[in-house]
Amino acid sequence: MEKKSLIKRLTGSREALLAVVLLVLFVLVTIVNPAFLTPKSLMDMLKNNAVTMVMALGMLCVMLVGGIDISIMSTLALSGMSIGMLLKNDVIASTPLAFLIAVAIGIVCGLAVGLVISRADVPPIIATMGFMYVFRAMGYLVSNGGQWAGAAALGNFKNFATTKFLGINCVIWVVILCYAFFFWFMKWTRTGRMIYAVGSNPSAAQVSGINVKNIKLLVYVIMGLLSGLGGALQVSVYASAMPDMQYGGEMDVIAACVIGGVSMSGGRGSVLGALLGSLILATIAKALPLIPFFDQLWLNTIKGVIILVVVVMNVVLQRVADKNALRGREM
Amino acid sequence: MNKKVISALLCGAMVLGAATPVLAEGAGEGQKIALVGKSAGNAFFEIAAASFKETVEAEGGKVEVVYPETATADAQIKVLDNLISQDFDAICIAANDVNALQAKLTEAMDEGIKVSSFDSAPNKDSRQVFVNQAGTVAVGQALMDAVLDIAGGEGQFAILSATSQAANQNAWIDAMKKIMEEDDKYSKLELVEVAYGDDEPQKSTDQTAALLQNYPDLKVICAPTTVGIAAAAKYLQDNESACKLTGLGLPSEMLEYTGADDAHSCPYFYLWDMQGLGKLSAYTTMSLVKEEITGALDESFTAGDLGDFTITEADDGGTEIVLGEPLQFTPENIEEYAELY
Repeated sequence: MEKKSLIKRLTGSREALLAVVLLVLFVLVTIVNPAFLTPKSLMDMLKNNAVTMVMALGMLCVMLVGGIDISIMSTLALSGMSIGMLLKNDVIASTPLAFLIAVAIGIVCGLAVGLVISRADVPPIIATMGFMYVFRAMGYLVSNGGQWAGAAALGNFKNFATTKFLGINCVIWVVILCYAFFFWFMKWTRTGRMIYAVGSNPSAAQVSGINVKNIKLLVYVIMGLLSGLGGALQVSVYASAMPDMQYGGEMDVIAACVIGGVSMSGGRGSVLGALLGSLILATIAKALPLIPFFDQLWLNTIKGVIILVVVVMNVVLQRVADKNALRGREM
Repeated sequence: MNKKVISALLCGAMVLGAATPVLAEGAGEGQKIALVGKSAGNAFFEIAAASFKETVEAEGGKVEVVYPETATADAQIKVLDNLISQDFDAICIAANDVNALQAKLTEAMDEGIKVSSFDSAPNKDSRQVFVNQAGTVAVGQALMDAVLDIAGGEGQFAILSATSQAANQNAWIDAMKKIMEEDDKYSKLELVEVAYGDDEPQKSTDQTAALLQNYPDLKVICAPTTVGIAAAAKYLQDNESACKLTGLGLPSEMLEYTGADDAHSCPYFYLWDMQGLGKLSAYTTMSLVKEEITGALDESFTAGDLGDFTITEADDGGTEIVLGEPLQFTPENIEEYAELY
C-alpha cells in the first residue's frame, strides 16, 4: 500500500521523477569524483550551460503550442555575431546597449519566423529549417566572411560574464531571472495560460475566443527574444563571437525540453520540467569528462543513451498515469 | 572565300598562340587556376586564398576561388564536377576528406588538369603534390618544446584536442608522443590525458575544467586547435589558474590571454604563416602548369621571393612541399599579427 502510493505519486508528477533522476546523477558522480559537488564546479556548470538553459524556456513555449524551432542557433549566431562586430569596430561600447541590440535582432528574427508559421501556415519544422539557413548565412555575412571577434575586440562586454553580483555570476543571475519570470508568466498570466490552451486543443481555444494565430506568433517571438539574449550571453561567456557558434546546439535545447517532459505534440510541459531537463543535460555534460573510466570517445554515446532512457521512462510513466486517470473514470 | 577567312584566322591564332609564351614574363601568364576551399566563411582560410590569388594575378594568371555549399566531400565533388567541365589549367584544393575525392580528382588529372592541394590533403593518388603548412614533426617538436619550457622541465601536462577523428590533430598528437619517447629530456614530463572539446567553446570549457579538477598538479595544457585554445585560455585566465597553456591558435583570439606574467594564461603559442602558405601554393601550382615540376620526389623549383623548395616525401607516402617551421606568437609580436588574423 505504502509502496503503491509512492509509485503513484511519482507517476503523478514527472517533475518529481526528474528531480529524483537528477539527484541520483548528482550522487553517482559525486561518489566517483567528489570534485563535482563543489560550489565552484556547480557555478561553472550553470554558467557554461546558461545559453541552453535560457533558450529551453523559449523552446518550451514553442513546443507547448505543438511547434518546433530549429532556427534558434542561427538566430543566436546572427545576433551574437552582430554585436561582436559592432564592438570590434568600436561602433558601440556599452554592455547594456549590446544586450539590447542582440535581443532586438532576436525579436526581429522570431517575428519573421512566427509570421511565416502563423500566417502562411507553413509547418514549423520546414519554416524554421529555411530560416536556419538564412540566419546562419546572414551571420557569416555580418562576420565579413568568417572573421571572429576575439576577446581583445570585445572590450568591457566580456566582463559581464566574469562579474559577480551578491556572490553569484551575472550570467547565472540572468538564468535565475528568466526562470523566475517564466514561472510566473506561464502559471499566473492569461497569456501564459492561453499558450497551454492553444497547445492542448487549438480548435477549442479558437472557439473560446483565443486568437490562436497571435499566440503562435507570440511564442516564436519569445523564442527569438531568448535566442538573441542567448547570443549575447554566448559571446560574453566565451569572450568570442564566431559565425559558426552553437552549430547543431538546437538539439541540446530540444533535448532539454524533451527530457523535461515537454510533449512534442503540444499542451504538456512546465517551466520546472524545462529547468530539470536542462539541468540533467548540463550535469551529464559536466560529469562525463570527470568520470575517469569512460573513454572520451564514449561521451556522446552515453549522453544519447541517458537521454533515451529518461525519455522512454517519461513516456511509459505518462502512459501509466493516463491509464490510471482513465480507470478513475470507469463507472 | 570562307575557307580563306578561316585559314587566315587560324594562322593568326597560331601566331598569337606561339607568340604569347614568348611575350609572357610572369610565371603564371595566361593560366587559369581554380582554388577549392573547404567551406565558405573561414576567415583563416581566406587569408591563404587571398594571398594565393594575389600571387597568381601578379604573375599574370587568373584565379577563381570556389567554395562548396557545405564542408563535406560530397559538396566538393559537385564543385569539382563543375570545374572539370570548364577549361581550367589547374585545381588547388583543400580537401574535406582524405579518400572520397579520389575518383573526381583522378578524372581531373586524366583530363590534363594539374592537381595540387594545400591546408588539408587528399590521399596520395588524388594529387600531384601537397603543400604542407608545417611538417607534422616540426609542429609536434615545437609544441613539445613549448610544453617542456613552460612546465619548467617536469610535471604533468594534458592535451586538449578538437574531435577524436580529426586527422591533423591526431597526427600532431602522435608526433608529440613519439618525440617524448625518443628523447630523454622529456622523461620528466607526464602526458596525463588527451581530452576532446569537439571545437565547441562549451565542451572545451567543460573539458578544461575537468582536467583541472582531475589533475590538481597539472602544469600545462597544450591545445593544438584554435577554438580549444581560446576556450581553455579564457577558463584558465578567469580562474587565475596556475596551469598554463600553449598550442596552436589565432593571434586575434589569443591577444587578451597572451603574456609572460601570471595574469595571462598563455606565455606563447604557435600557428603557421597562412599568407606564406597561400603564396607557396600559388607558385607550386603555377610550376605544375608550366610543367617545371610534376610533383615527383626531389624535384625543386623557385617560389618567387620565398626562395627554393624541394619536393619531399609526405607521411602518407605521397609527395609534399613543406613551408617551414610554425610561427611563434609571443607577447612581443602578437599585436602585430593580431591585425592580420
